[in-house]
Amino acid sequence: MIKVRNLTKKFNGFTAVDNISFKIKKGEIFAFLGPNGAGKTTTIKILTTLLNPTSGKVSLNGNDPTKNQDQARRSFGIVFQDQSLDDELTAYENMEFHGILYKMPKEIRRKRIEQLIKFVELWDRKDELVKKFSGGMKRRLEVARGLIHHPRMLFLDEPTLGLDPQTRSHIWNYIKDLNREEGMTIFFTTHYMEEAEKVAQKIAIIDKGKIIAQGTAEELKQNTKTKSLEDAFLVLTGNIIREEEADPFEYLRKKRRMHNRYR
Amino acid sequence: MSIVYVLWLRQLKRYFRSKARVIGSLGQPILFLIAVGFGFGPIFQQAGGGNYIQFLTPGVIAMSILFIAIFSGVEIIWDKQFGFLKEVLVAPVSRFQIMIGRTLGGATVATLQGIFVLLLSFIVGFRPENIIMIPLGFLFMFLIALLFTALGAAIASVLEDMQGFQLIMNFLVMPLFFLSGALFPLRGLPKIIGVVASIDPLSYGVDGLRGTLTNGAHFGLGLDFLVLGAVTLILLFVGSYLFSKIQI
Repeated sequence: MIKVRNLTKKFNGFTAVDNISFKIKKGEIFAFLGPNGAGKTTTIKILTTLLNPTSGKVSLNGNDPTKNQDQARRSFGIVFQDQSLDDELTAYENMEFHGILYKMPKEIRRKRIEQLIKFVELWDRKDELVKKFSGGMKRRLEVARGLIHHPRMLFLDEPTLGLDPQTRSHIWNYIKDLNREEGMTIFFTTHYMEEAEKVAQKIAIIDKGKIIAQGTAEELKQNTKTKSLEDAFLVLTGNIIREEEADPFEYLRKKRRMHNRYR
Repeated sequence: MSIVYVLWLRQLKRYFRSKARVIGSLGQPILFLIAVGFGFGPIFQQAGGGNYIQFLTPGVIAMSILFIAIFSGVEIIWDKQFGFLKEVLVAPVSRFQIMIGRTLGGATVATLQGIFVLLLSFIVGFRPENIIMIPLGFLFMFLIALLFTALGAAIASVLEDMQGFQLIMNFLVMPLFFLSGALFPLRGLPKIIGVVASIDPLSYGVDGLRGTLTNGAHFGLGLDFLVLGAVTLILLFVGSYLFSKIQI
């Protein structure tokens, strides 16, 4: 379903993603783990056509995101790391906006939106402005929105960051349901090792732009002779704290994240 | 087409839902009409310029359109930083359509703002000379709006964050406004100021409004229309090109 071969992305001499390769099968749940600044978000951006790779090949359901851009775009749904809803619109309007962008006929669109808003349990709040929603409600709505156009795969960039345990468990339940019932391929990044261990069928660990280990949670633990995925992760990536580079984008993103977390 | 429409509609909804913004952005034009209008009125009259409010109102309308239009273009930076743009950019839609929808939306909002200012100016005593020409005045308002929304969008596509915004305000928007003849007649200016005013596209917008609302055009309506139309087209192309190159 997703194939990545020798993918590299450089920004003015800095190599964010360094010659990585991996494959994700149809219907698989794949977790992408790594410390801050390891290249997770850059990889997702390339896979989802927001960035062009410097070199290497990517295939999404047989489409090259740099060439068959629109076909590639139709084939996936995405939940971004930062909130990407329009705060000044209602939940329903945000969904409708998405459906129109993906050129869905009105009847089908309305049915699908109803089904999905109910799926994430926001139907009774559908006509409220999104700016009144809590972080968790926004996240649920974003998951629903990413699914409107019936994508075959779903990308989630840190979908549970800053959410309370209840919301986190809800979101993972939605995702597992989708995977089980619709055979949806799932690609996600996270900092929460226990989530990756519980949910993902396959895990890749990326550090400094390189994939340093791939396999099931069991395999990673065996290979590093550790008892938990967290320990395996630390053995593989070392104990040094990573400082994200403080470019203005990153700075605002962090502030916003903090803001969402404590609201 | 529906893509352009939905993006346009989004801009309008955002505008009307933020009452504070609608009212807030009327504050500055009112202040200009009252302070500048009544403050310089007597001198203007003595110098033989006629009624200053009649002269100033088209300039203040153009000013408020300029500010709203540039700002709504520059809002793209905001969308870039706060995610919403990503949602649009991963959709199977051409960047050109996105740019056009947004620009039309921003321009519509700015035009509405211009119309509100026109209505408010009646309170301070402004009277259009010729009712029949008012629709043509609206056309000029829309052209000014379109031109500067496209300019704002072009700039926003290149800038990374709001840090550069102050720079735009002080070195682009303010000079565009002050040198456009919005506040003073273009006749008999020192040569350099005259030349600068004649390359400022807003001069033609102000002039077009004066021509349609008070029969006081300096360049002539035909030239105004031609210059505004041509610059708008160029900026739409440049803006779309720069927008299509955005990587986030």
